[in-house]
Amino acid sequence: MLDLSPAEWTAVTLSLRIAIVATACALPFGIAVGWLLARKNFWGKSILDGLVHLPLVLPPVVTGYLLLISFGRKGPIGAFLDAYFGIVLSFRWTGAALACAVMGFPLLVRPIRLAFEAIDRGLEDAASTLGANPLLVFATVTLPLALPGTIAGIVLCFARALGEFGATITFVSNIPGETQTISAAIYTFIQVPGGDAAAARLVLIAIVLALVALIASEWLARRAALRFHGE
Amino acid sequence: MTVLAVNVEKRLGTLELDVRFSAAGGATALFGPSGAGKTSVVNMIAGLLTPDRGSIALDDTVLFDAAAGIDVPPYRRHIGYVFQEGRLFPHLSVRQNLDYGRRMTGRTRDVGEFERIAALLDIDPLLDRRPRMLSGGERQRVAVGRALLMRPRLLLFDEPLASLDGALKHEILPYLVRLRDDARMPMVYVSHAPAELRAIATSVVQLYAGRVVAAGGLELLDKAGGDAFG
Repeated sequence: MLDLSPAEWTAVTLSLRIAIVATACALPFGIAVGWLLARKNFWGKSILDGLVHLPLVLPPVVTGYLLLISFGRKGPIGAFLDAYFGIVLSFRWTGAALACAVMGFPLLVRPIRLAFEAIDRGLEDAASTLGANPLLVFATVTLPLALPGTIAGIVLCFARALGEFGATITFVSNIPGETQTISAAIYTFIQVPGGDAAAARLVLIAIVLALVALIASEWLARRAALRFHGE
Repeated sequence: MTVLAVNVEKRLGTLELDVRFSAAGGATALFGPSGAGKTSVVNMIAGLLTPDRGSIALDDTVLFDAAAGIDVPPYRRHIGYVFQEGRLFPHLSVRQNLDYGRRMTGRTRDVGEFERIAALLDIDPLLDRRPRMLSGGERQRVAVGRALLMRPRLLLFDEPLASLDGALKHEILPYLVRLRDDARMPMVYVSHAPAELRAIATSVVQLYAGRVVAAGGLELLDKAGGDAFG
């Protein structure tokens, strides 16, 4: 039934790769920022909060353009990465992953922050009286207790990354085999005569992937809840 | 011989806490009405709350000295703490809760010690359960075991029985008395219930509005008139 052409397959696997890499790279930063926002008071906290949420409210094409002028080869960060690390992001799939990570970041941070805020600080005190230094308290009590929220954030970020279109296409364009994700491929197929069937197949795949991500998150969240509350 | 010497001052909202007492071995009761500052004093001994001024010493170790700039963090004080609500880790089994202190300090497993304490507190049948599946009394017994297994130099109790009903209190108190007499564990025991303190305490420090108003033996509990602080 689903007879995908090699080009369509490439778009699907590339989308998955970009979304997985984007989510995995964003996760440590998401945990750090979520923790900072939940637990610390510092100068510029509301600025950090605003910056994190900006991609949620800006037009994606604006986010993509900002990425292009800062991470492009001639942009200040892009030129630095190219000169010292040989990393080029513009018009590469890695750039697409960066765009997706930035776009998914607010969705990742929010549930993690709420999870940190909901943790009973008394449990952390108890851990420290039992001999756990602050790092161990974080690793053995805080982080495990924030796991359900972290899973929710991962799923939201992954889903966002999988469907991201505007920022990605602005930053890294729409190059088959390099930066053409499912969304970009669907857009391309719709533009050309006779591309409807290919577009429909990819639409179907997009729906299935989204459903699988949702079901997986439900299952993981239930397992985490069982660990805390049941046998 | 003085085991614990406390001399602390701290401003907590409208309460001016200024508490001095020393304790030999046995179980020292911190006794007084709600809001007298009992829990704050215990938190300062544990290192969870920093005094504004003063000092705290345990045996020969200075745990806190504002003037000398000494403040040993809680995880290096080796003081066990049994909280009112138990505070068992919900994501760990009873066994993992009991084992937590040993794992965090990187000590090697001592099966004999583990079994002895589990037997003392009758918690061996509970080892594979989650804290959620325990009764209030079981939870507090596990909390005591968890604090004991970190090999504390002193045990702090903050109203450990307050959330339990009468029958359950009598279920737990004998274990604590055994701990006091057999293991010779020095304790500081916070409560506002004279009956409970009569069963466990060997000396009494009476607090009122952030100050020590009396220190002495169990007869202080009688003078306080039981119900007055109920």
